[in-house]
Amino acid sequence: MTGFLLRRLVNYVVLAFVATFLAFSLASITFDPIGVLQQRNPPPPAATIDAKRHDLHLDQPIPQRFFTWMGGVVQGDFGRTIADRPITDELGRRVGVSLRLFLLGITIGILFGVLLGVVSAIRQYKFSDYFATLFSFVVLSTPVFVLGTVLKLGAQNLNNSIGDNVLLFTGETTPGFEGSWIASLLDRVQHLIVPTLTIALGQIAYYSRYQRSSMLDVLGSDFLRTAQAKGLTRRKALFKHGLRTALIPMATLFAFGFGLLVVGGTFTERLFSWFGMGDWLITGISTQDTNVTATVTLFVAVCVLFSGWLADVLYAALDPRIRI
Amino acid sequence: MSSAELLFDSADRPAPTGPVLEVHDLAVSFPSESGRVRAVRGLSYQVAPGEVLGIVGESGSGKSVSSLAVMGLLPPQARITGSIKFQGRELIGLNDGELSKIRGKRVSMVFQDPLSALTPVYTVGDQIAEALLVHRGAKISKQAAAKRAVELLDLVGIPNAVERAKAFPHEFSGGMRQRAVIAMAIANDPDLIIADEPTTALDVTVQAQVLEVLKTAQEVTGAGIVIITHDLGVVAGFADRLMVMYAGKAVETGQVDEIYARPRMPYTLGLLGSIPRLDVGEKQPLVPIVGQPPSLTELPPGCPFAPRCPMEVDACRTAEPELVDVDGSAEHRAACIRTDELAASDTEGAEAAVEIFGAEVVEEAPIAKVPREERKIVLQLSGLVKHYPVTKGVVLKRRVGTVHAVDGISFDIREGETLGVVGESGCGKTTTLMEILNLQKPMGGTLSVLGQDAADLNAKSRKAIRRDLQVVFQDPMAALDPRLPIFDVIAEPMQVHDLDKEHIANRVPELLDLVGLRREHASRYPAEFSGGQRQRIGIARALALNPKLLVLDEPVSALDVSIQAGVINLLEELKAKLGLSYLFVAHDLSVVRHIADRVAVMYLGKIVEIGQVDEVFDAPRHPYTQALLSAIPIPDPVKERQRERILVTGDLPSPANPPSGCRFRTRCFLHATLSEDKQRTCVEVEPPRQEQGEDHEAACHFAQIRQVL
Ligand SMILES: Nc1ncnc2c1ncn2[C@@H]1O[C@H](COP(=O)(O)OP(=O)(O)OP(=O)(O)O)[C@@H](O)[C@H]1O
Ligand code: SF4
Ligand code: SF4
Ligand SMILES: [Mg+2]
Repeated sequence: MTGFLLRRLVNYVVLAFVATFLAFSLASITFDPIGVLQQRNPPPPAATIDAKRHDLHLDQPIPQRFFTWMGGVVQGDFGRTIADRPITDELGRRVGVSLRLFLLGITIGILFGVLLGVVSAIRQYKFSDYFATLFSFVVLSTPVFVLGTVLKLGAQNLNNSIGDNVLLFTGETTPGFEGSWIASLLDRVQHLIVPTLTIALGQIAYYSRYQRSSMLDVLGSDFLRTAQAKGLTRRKALFKHGLRTALIPMATLFAFGFGLLVVGGTFTERLFSWFGMGDWLITGISTQDTNVTATVTLFVAVCVLFSGWLADVLYAALDPRIRI
Repeated sequence: MSSAELLFDSADRPAPTGPVLEVHDLAVSFPSESGRVRAVRGLSYQVAPGEVLGIVGESGSGKSVSSLAVMGLLPPQARITGSIKFQGRELIGLNDGELSKIRGKRVSMVFQDPLSALTPVYTVGDQIAEALLVHRGAKISKQAAAKRAVELLDLVGIPNAVERAKAFPHEFSGGMRQRAVIAMAIANDPDLIIADEPTTALDVTVQAQVLEVLKTAQEVTGAGIVIITHDLGVVAGFADRLMVMYAGKAVETGQVDEIYARPRMPYTLGLLGSIPRLDVGEKQPLVPIVGQPPSLTELPPGCPFAPRCPMEVDACRTAEPELVDVDGSAEHRAACIRTDELAASDTEGAEAAVEIFGAEVVEEAPIAKVPREERKIVLQLSGLVKHYPVTKGVVLKRRVGTVHAVDGISFDIREGETLGVVGESGCGKTTTLMEILNLQKPMGGTLSVLGQDAADLNAKSRKAIRRDLQVVFQDPMAALDPRLPIFDVIAEPMQVHDLDKEHIANRVPELLDLVGLRREHASRYPAEFSGGQRQRIGIARALALNPKLLVLDEPVSALDVSIQAGVINLLEELKAKLGLSYLFVAHDLSVVRHIADRVAVMYLGKIVEIGQVDEVFDAPRHPYTQALLSAIPIPDPVKERQRERILVTGDLPSPANPPSGCRFRTRCFLHATLSEDKQRTCVEVEPPRQEQGEDHEAACHFAQIRQVL
């Protein structure tokens, strides 16, 4: 078992490496930072351009550039941005921002998604089921930036009616905010609510659909009947035997949902001016910055692949039938 | 089993008085698109303490629904009326919380499909312990419950129970899971156990073991048992009283012996006449009950059996007959207006059934008179081998073992002959069949069909042989394409072989006639037919190209007995009429005895005994055949109670790792009684197939005749 998980981990590391290499090559081929430089008015002297080219290792073939960069990465140095600032300095902060936003959103999403799915399944074709279905379809068919904007407007209205800015939705903190740690924590929470809700709603809608159908499969099962036949009340049988079994197929979903969300969160970050990884990717592409793009790709690859690994672990933990 | 008395100390309980269960005028209906399905329509019965009541009836007759009603486990949309009293207390109207205090403690239930009856994510031990914990709450510690779970597993015959309690359900075989479910059912020493087809999904050898366990369970708990089954053999030796259900009602009730000997309702009579008998040598006619059970949404007035009843008269259609006393005894009751006439007739039981339903023994084909040696060989297998690799890993598969699915089997089938192949599931029956149908050079040994070696065939000659070699599968629904009308289904093989349109258009109605369906049915879709009719369609399709050899894989095992009889009769008629040869694979030995001329008994990829049907059944030489035959219940209460069962222990070993020497030795009862020397022979030397008499061979070093029927 441990051996299996270790082998999988090695596989994933290789995959992350390959993904990053591809992103790096693609970025190197398409980006033209020197061209940007040359279009400046007045154009910089040729010596400056040559120096820049040398700094960016553009005079080397792409694989060599990649390994040079990778060599740094292994030692914790992700290279420099196009504006010549060390990436490593910014990386930690941005990862923190992204994780803060998503971990919370996804946890809430999973908890309430599962709950909503279970309730819908148990009360199939009742009002609550129809309501949950409607909710999910509306949320899932709304693009994130629309949903975010609507929530923003809602928050603004709420603030107006209260007459105080309770819910804040620009950035992580109020710039220049000073106060005790309690006050600054509160300030952060005020900033966190609307963006988290934006993410959580989508997640709830998504998970609840899957949980509903996996729970419905279990509802008609013989073992649930056996559990009741031995004296468990329906409710207890449903949760102890039914839900526990219905969660198995969800494990993969939970894990991958997390990995992909980091990429999908780009819009949310931009919308609420959170300078996380998603935001950075857009910045990286628009400034034609290979190193930043590759760094974000590496981060996403690591997230996705770690999720895959986590899914394996969860699966093995949840389902005794998986013997590896 | 000596711990049993300690486990179940019933001294503190008051001596039971009155019936444990009293069901009165129970009716259950479900909403459906075509109106209310009246699944149970006024059912009344009682179970006395310690009594075993058998409930039999066709699929859909309301057996399961009525017992789920007792457990309070029907889905919420079911409408339930009437009264269900358990030890004097009314159960209908109790809420889930109140019922849950009774369920599993006073009344428990064993379900049909053991494979899905246990929650996959908890260990077997934990699930049994849960039954104790949920009812005794703080009065029993977790450790004590776990210990007790192990004792219960031991009681139901799980070897090495301490270890096995920690296993998950998927690590148990079907039989072991059913034992675990029974352990759960008796955990709280209930007063009533309801077993809904507890052995239907199991192999006969395992069925015999599980029935034995149920008997033990009854002895130690003293509980009343309601056993539901469609197998009249199972209840014959086990039940005290019997209730026959038809269309949601009881149509006959009484003592088991009485009903088997003197059935007083035509339906019961028909049922008894429709089962082939394992213990009867000479050909007996099988009684088919024509038609199907009525739809439960719109029952016409009158006797629900009237459309299928050979004794039906106008009066039957006016009012539904009530259960009335037979021969002036309230012990035996039947719902038929002509009960008295049945009583007055000179014949009884199966004989009466044959007379009343007008069944006949199917004439043998002329070719059957020709001595076997002089007939042509249509199929010959010699030393046929088929192994499957066992692989591990998802991306990089590596071979970790070999399943010896078929390991060198030889037999031949001559013109106009039926060879039955029997054996437990997993013994290689279907693999053998698939190898034959493949018509490729086998992995080992030779296969020749109609005189042609499969190894020498090219694409063209293979296709030509396929015309003469056709197949009928078990599941009539799965074998037919639901989107095609019957005409196309039957025509398909002819189209594949490029027969012209006109020929096909003439042939299909002919085939429908042949299998007893109406010509007008050609335009209908498979879903509009009943199971028996679908099987007939499958047979018509197989016959389309005038084959010489039909391969039948469990062709009747998905059908109810009354329907099964009709299909068996049809197969016999066709064989005689068209001079066909059959390879008939089945697990039901009674059916094989009835239809086959010769029989081959398979065990773990080998043939252990082969020969003339009557020879093998009346004088079996191989211990496995003896055990197999002995495991099969006979629908005759008197005989059945006197029979001594040879129980095969344990489950089939894994075919990936068959035992050395004789493959049956791990379960062989004879082996255990042998001297050490002889035992060594079994372990070291694989027994060859030896002549045991005329056309009778067995593969056992110490073969000896033992009569078991
Ligand atoms: N939940 C349900 N909803 C609607 N109809 C149902 C439901 N359960 C059972 N029925 C119907 O009730 C009738 C009786 O079913 P039941 O399961 O009791 O038959 P049975 O005698 O146990 O048959 P079998 O031998 O196949 O187990 C059938 O017509 C069935 O289709
Ligand atoms: S009442 Fe009539 S139709 Fe019904 S079983 Fe008796 S004879 Fe047959
Ligand atoms: S050879 Fe030995 S083990 Fe095998 S069946 Fe005969 S007696 Fe039993
Ligand atoms: Mg049933």
